[in-house]
Amino acid sequence: MKPRRKRFALIIGGLAMLGIAAALILNAFRSNLVFFFSPSQVFAQEAPHGREFRLGGLVEQGSLKRQPDGLTVEFRVTDTARSIPVTYRGMLPDLFREGKGVVTQGRLGADGTFRATEVLAKHDENYMPPQAADALKKAQQANTQAAKTMHLAPEGMD
Amino acid sequence: MLPEIGHFSLIVALLIALVQGVLPIAGAARGNARWMALARPAAQGQFVFVAIAFACLAYAFINNDFSVLYVASNSNSALPIQYRFAAVWGGHEGSLLLWTMMLSVWSLAVTLFSRHLPDAMVARVLGVMGLVSLGFLLFMLLASNPFDRLLPAADDGRDLNPILQDPGMVIHPPMLYMGYVGFSVAFAFAIAALLSGQLDATWARWSRPWTTVAWAFLTLGIALGSGWSYYVLGWGGWWFWDPVENASFMPWLVGTALIHSLAVTEKRGSFRSWTVLLAIFAFSLSLLGTFLVRSGVLTSVHAFATDPRRGIFILGFLAIVIGGSLALFAWRAPKVGLGGSFDLVSRESLLLSNNVLLVVAAGSVLLGTLYPLFLDALDLGKISVGPPYFDSVFVPLMAPAIFLMGVGPIARWKHAGIPELAIRLRWAFVISLLSAALMPFAIGKWTPLVSFGLLLATWLFASTIVNLGERLKNQQGPWRDRLARQPYSYYGMLLAHIGVGVFIVGVTLVKGYEVEKDVRMEAGDTVSVGGYTFRFDGATQVRGPNYAAARGTLRVSRDGREVRTLYPEKRLYTVQQMPTTEAAIDTGFTRDLYVSMGEPAGTTAWAMRIQYKPFVDWIWGGCVLMAMGGLLAVADRRYRLGRRNHVKAADLAGASSVPP
Repeated sequence: MKPRRKRFALIIGGLAMLGIAAALILNAFRSNLVFFFSPSQVFAQEAPHGREFRLGGLVEQGSLKRQPDGLTVEFRVTDTARSIPVTYRGMLPDLFREGKGVVTQGRLGADGTFRATEVLAKHDENYMPPQAADALKKAQQANTQAAKTMHLAPEGMD
Repeated sequence: MLPEIGHFSLIVALLIALVQGVLPIAGAARGNARWMALARPAAQGQFVFVAIAFACLAYAFINNDFSVLYVASNSNSALPIQYRFAAVWGGHEGSLLLWTMMLSVWSLAVTLFSRHLPDAMVARVLGVMGLVSLGFLLFMLLASNPFDRLLPAADDGRDLNPILQDPGMVIHPPMLYMGYVGFSVAFAFAIAALLSGQLDATWARWSRPWTTVAWAFLTLGIALGSGWSYYVLGWGGWWFWDPVENASFMPWLVGTALIHSLAVTEKRGSFRSWTVLLAIFAFSLSLLGTFLVRSGVLTSVHAFATDPRRGIFILGFLAIVIGGSLALFAWRAPKVGLGGSFDLVSRESLLLSNNVLLVVAAGSVLLGTLYPLFLDALDLGKISVGPPYFDSVFVPLMAPAIFLMGVGPIARWKHAGIPELAIRLRWAFVISLLSAALMPFAIGKWTPLVSFGLLLATWLFASTIVNLGERLKNQQGPWRDRLARQPYSYYGMLLAHIGVGVFIVGVTLVKGYEVEKDVRMEAGDTVSVGGYTFRFDGATQVRGPNYAAARGTLRVSRDGREVRTLYPEKRLYTVQQMPTTEAAIDTGFTRDLYVSMGEPAGTTAWAMRIQYKPFVDWIWGGCVLMAMGGLLAVADRRYRLGRRNHVKAADLAGASSVPP
């Protein structure tokens, strides 16, 4: 082959490889992005049905119930404004506790219960998953806003 | 007093780094031999002062000096002494000190093993390393000083994060950092080459061993980290595509491309610009890795620090290093010139294909890691990119790369023919196809995934044997002599490639055949997993030095024969009131039995996770083989000969070098 044609073939080959890789990546990307929603957003019907997403907030105090099989648990995830019931079967992470931050991944059932396939709690006592922290902050802002417009308590939650 | 000495040493080291970063490079540019000669003593002096600082911090930890804020935050008087030492790098500030320490160790090594290098080259290489060190020392002194005092002193420390209290954590960060920081040498060589315009086979020969050693350390470091998460996090996963893991994996992918590209540059003089670019990328990704893990931008198990100021400093530092070196590259690379030409089918083109695949793979990991951060920073919503993304991108990208790994080493340089290669590899094809079709039946069920994995692995093994066989066949004399005549670097290559095969076997079989059962067990209950029977004999309370634990007893048997008794624990570390899961693992050549305790599920009952993990240790075994291959390659005679006969080598290489 002549050098110029060779170089041409190399460039075409390289571009084809990059094209295939880009197609692969973008396709995988589209189908594997997991979005995050707060309980308030789920309550407002903003979360998708029939697609996995992440739900984060605090584990509501007193909401944790264990089924007799010892493995299935029910609890509610709250952002202090709204709370969503969650069921999960399997081992809970070490730092899962009532009143602490949590992020769960799963699907929303037709009955409004979130069926989690994964429960994440972070490996540091003082550490709140940022997504959970964010959900709380937003809910509190909304509360403060509501309180102000209704001329009720000057402060938000707590 | 000692912490102040440590602090002061860092300031002295900073000043030395300034000298080391400026004068030798300026000297090399202006031909001032005296300025150039400063490089070695400066690097050695810097090593001494950084080592003093490091020793001071270690002393503060070992002697429980809780008047030092960093010690009080990361240690406790009840912590066993080996973890008090490892706690030096258990947090943000200490990790940076470890980073700087490693950099000064590498610089010291360059001063010692560079007798055969021209003075200007040494001056530039050490100068660039001095500049990198300057950045880190400045960062430590301005934004994360490990010697900051806490007055009045705390009565006791807040303890080291319990999941870091593990032998693996004692060696994992130093190994990983040796790798990360080791790429700074390759980077410094690349920048020195751009500055001087000497970018030829000799240059590649000089920087090759450094790069390979760094790569081997990084390989071990990643394997240790993976093994650590396997047995410390307690859930039996060995790779989560966690951003912190990705942070170490990206430089590894680019570093792998770099060592192969360097081989071409040394042997054939080709790919020069590409090699330099890879060296810049590998180090940039190492810096990015440090930034990702240490600035607290990630939502991850490893994110220790949460101070955004630090993030901004490292971001600026990154911008200067990456932007500066790429600008230098854009300015100087056109003068580098092309190397030897090669055909569409040749060892060069095969290596180039794999290089591109590795870099694209690194790019896809980068995208998946940074995209959620970008969206978050721009307030466009919160998303996460899970393991399925990485799996579905990574496998299709690596599969052709692994096929080419079998072909590349036997293809001729410059020109090779496809029919000829096909004939030479026909037995390897047959064997790997047969084993892909049949072996899954022998081990368990036939599934496409297992079959495909075994196809790739046996392809690597078979083509490696073909390679060795052909090499020996063309030689004279008894077999033992023929074997002994092959250089270490050749065996290193074979070993590393076999390591990849071993790794693939591990990944494939554990993904294909692992069994995991979550069960509630009363004392006396039995459960059978993967052909083994586990009987739970109840849990007892035990006390450790700084924790209390419930320890379960499980007797494992197979076909009525006792195999092993396992003691998983659920610990509560008293200082931080943090529970951890200590899995009990029975390690074997062909399988691991993995037991971890969940929550109590009644008065005597516990939730248990019991797992059967076939061939899981092959994953790390493969990594160890790869790293050993790298080290074996560096032990090659020609690097040692090169030192002795450097004048001759330089003359020979000089003939083929391109004037700047």
